[in-house]
Amino acid sequence: MLKQIEGSHAMAEAIALCRPEVICAYPITPQTHIVEGLGDLVKEGELVDCEFINVESEFAALSVAIGASAAGARAYTATASQGLLFMAEAVYNASGLGLPIVMTLGNRAIGAPINIWNDHSDAMSMRDAGWLQLFAETNQEAVDLHIQAFKLAEELSMPVMVCVDGFILTHAMERIDIPTQQQVDGYLPPYDPVQVLDPAEPASIGAMVGPEAFTEVRFLAHYKETLALKLIPEFSAEFAKTFGRETGGLLRSYRADDADMLVVAMGSVCGTIKDTIDEMREEGIRIGLVVIVAFRPFPVEALRNALAGTKDVVVVEKSIAVGIGGQLANDVGAALRNLPRPPRLHSSVAGLGGRAITRASLHRLFRQASVQPWEGTNFLDLNERVVGREIHRTRKNRRSGPTAENILRELAKSVPPAAE
Amino acid sequence: MIDPAAAIAPEEGVQKLKYYQKGTFTVGNRLVAEEQRTVQASQARSNALTCGHRACQGCGEALGARYAIDAAMRATNNNLIAVNATGCLEVFTTPYPETSWQLPWLHSLFGNAAAVATGVAAAMRVKKRPEVRVIAQGGDGGTTDIGFQCLSGMFERNDDVLYICYDNEGYMNTGVQRSSATPPTARTATTPVLGVEPGNVFGTGKSVPKIAVAHNIPYVATATVADLHDLERKVTKAMSIHGARYIQISVPCPLGWGSASHDTIRLARLAVECGLYPIFQAEHGKVTKVRKIRRPVPVQDYLKLQRRFAHLFKGGIEDPRVARLQAICDAHIAEYGLVDATGKEG
Amino acid sequence: MFQVRIHGRGGQGVVTGAEMLSVAAFIEGRHAQAFPSFGSERMGAPVVAFCRIADQEIRLREPILEPDCLIVQDPTLFKVIDVFAGLRADGYLLVNTNKTFAELHIGPVAERLPKGHAVIVPATEFAMKHVGRPVPNAALLGAFAGLTQFVRLESVEHAIEQAFPGKIGAVNIAAAREAHEFVLMQQCKSAA
Repeated sequence: MLKQIEGSHAMAEAIALCRPEVICAYPITPQTHIVEGLGDLVKEGELVDCEFINVESEFAALSVAIGASAAGARAYTATASQGLLFMAEAVYNASGLGLPIVMTLGNRAIGAPINIWNDHSDAMSMRDAGWLQLFAETNQEAVDLHIQAFKLAEELSMPVMVCVDGFILTHAMERIDIPTQQQVDGYLPPYDPVQVLDPAEPASIGAMVGPEAFTEVRFLAHYKETLALKLIPEFSAEFAKTFGRETGGLLRSYRADDADMLVVAMGSVCGTIKDTIDEMREEGIRIGLVVIVAFRPFPVEALRNALAGTKDVVVVEKSIAVGIGGQLANDVGAALRNLPRPPRLHSSVAGLGGRAITRASLHRLFRQASVQPWEGTNFLDLNERVVGREIHRTRKNRRSGPTAENILRELAKSVPPAAE
Repeated sequence: MIDPAAAIAPEEGVQKLKYYQKGTFTVGNRLVAEEQRTVQASQARSNALTCGHRACQGCGEALGARYAIDAAMRATNNNLIAVNATGCLEVFTTPYPETSWQLPWLHSLFGNAAAVATGVAAAMRVKKRPEVRVIAQGGDGGTTDIGFQCLSGMFERNDDVLYICYDNEGYMNTGVQRSSATPPTARTATTPVLGVEPGNVFGTGKSVPKIAVAHNIPYVATATVADLHDLERKVTKAMSIHGARYIQISVPCPLGWGSASHDTIRLARLAVECGLYPIFQAEHGKVTKVRKIRRPVPVQDYLKLQRRFAHLFKGGIEDPRVARLQAICDAHIAEYGLVDATGKEG
Repeated sequence: MFQVRIHGRGGQGVVTGAEMLSVAAFIEGRHAQAFPSFGSERMGAPVVAFCRIADQEIRLREPILEPDCLIVQDPTLFKVIDVFAGLRADGYLLVNTNKTFAELHIGPVAERLPKGHAVIVPATEFAMKHVGRPVPNAALLGAFAGLTQFVRLESVEHAIEQAFPGKIGAVNIAAAREAHEFVLMQQCKSAA
């Protein structure tokens, strides 16, 4: 049913339709509305056979989900940024134990400096943890990916992170089609675990595994992620049959067939990029976009096929591995490595800490990539004056401590004292 | 059906049985009626922690866990799930690919046993299996320090979990480091016998049983491996209650304490009898029962059997801090009323 | 695509206003995207909310830099931020006040816009009169409907009903209607 609804509330409704059995809630901006929405549905009696637990930290949130999942219940939680890091140990534990927990990540920058706005650094921090990571382009896709996530998680015995841009998607109110309970029940069967905590068939789960077996366990986890490469498109196709919409999958292309330049990006910025591409196409520029939905497992082959025929690839991403560069650009580069004539790769980092990514800036960036390509990482809309001044100052006078505060000291010096 | 708790702890009007016999520590099972014997005395006990594990000779934790879990298994008709924190117990019971656990058992992380147990309990509720109960267990490190946040959260929510802490007063599995349960003056790898105040210092540490009582949870108790009947009674009673419960068991560690492997039970008894380890029960924030000390012993009798306190008696000279330890014992005795004024056994 | 930017202060219902507008458009079968400028808001701090309305799917996610319509809930903001940044040459301006544009010192801005595109409305007064609380958002939406004719007043009323059930909805609708009337009258006068 079509509703004009806030992204987080739509997600809450979708998750409720998946019949979760244990939900753990700990507040952190910008995901809080999702768990609040679910809490309301449980208390109102609309979401039945579900335990809603207010936990005392994110570490507890995922730990409770681990216990519930190991005991055979469909478990869900949500977090962002600092919260994801606080539960980092449990994140690795959940995937190592093969537990099909679904978790929403309301993508938010990681501090210091503390920042509540959107970027992808939180998802990037856990990209090696053995979870599936799916990025929603729109709120509709966010709704749909949660439903697909439970099915993927339980089929693979592997936890899934559904990444949703904080504020931009979570707090936007738009037209979303919420499926019916019948549709979801037809697509997502009840959770039926093979190994579970049950007095009728006691099993010990979570033993220490030494050097003689650890490598094999990790190999099989890696292998499972690659199985996901097949399953993700399969379940997306099945979803399209049941719900009548193409969402999910590994990646999708937009106006890419004859493109000389292909942009690669994830999440909500793809909408703005599509508008920019349409404008450039009107000027006769052959440019297109590849939207990556599944970041983990990384769709190496699918991406290579999508990018093979183009001349320039511009990666636009909302995170940076300080000291080396954009993580997405790095993974894209790895995918292109063995092509006989690989396209030129241009890496740009944008939207950090919630800075708006505008069509105007994207126009400039894409044009620059073809006429004045840069080395390394391009920081979109960087305030070069502020940065230049700080670098100049540090050459003369090294000061310890946080850069953000050091910049302010310098700015304060240049402001004349108040008149009164 | 016989209520195990009542059978083992007969109410007034029935002659109370005394198990103390001079010169021996026989528990006296064969002298009492069958229904008053311990769980361990029965051939039908679940052996939930069965033999073949890799614990040290004389490990108090292995003993305590076996006693506690078998009692809980009987009390729940074998409908029990255990969640274990990282630590000695987890490591020596599950040397992959073997396990010595004969009940469903999950190890997640060091600091989250209480939270994971909450999750398991929630799953049993939602699956409409109220007969299946949940125990979380860990050592003092995983409970009083790194596991404290999750423990307090579980208490505060009154989740239906019994948390059992096996207190050997240090991080033993990683090589005997100090925890907030380590007593003052004790030698550990991180409180070495060096400098002005050798060993662990005074003015630190916390009593998690007291903190548990302050959470007003339905049941809190301390126990030791020296008194099997008492321990089994407490676990059984705990399993008859729903909500957050906490039992802390003193479990001497021969390796970490530097004691003889055959002294484990004796040390646990001495810790109680000198007053250093008060044994009590509390319900909803109030202490309801204490285990009186029949005849208090000086703290030296306890300390001298352990090399971790050897520096207090070096060269035959007693360190003045021994008197401070005695003062702690005396304070416990006063606070909990562990010794009757007349000196008679309570 | 029609883009509306609403300026106000925390506590004045700016975000709810943008959301109600998006619901009104939804009721008419269109696509609408409403979102706030995100921040650690507190009562009284400047707040901006956005609403895009279109007949096909809205993909754009940048803030509204070139609004087709600017709604200013609090005229004290003129001194604080550049409220008019990017307002299109053929755009609309709706200001919540009982003063004139000249008295607010924004006459030149209003005059640059096409005739009838810039109006004032004493929305807070209407809100106090009908609702008893100084929250002007519903009234401003009624005014918006009158000013731009971009959504029907009827749709605005349904949106208000959905946001505020029962009696509260009814009185907010009354405020919206009066504001709507007020704006239509102003436009008649300026056309004459």
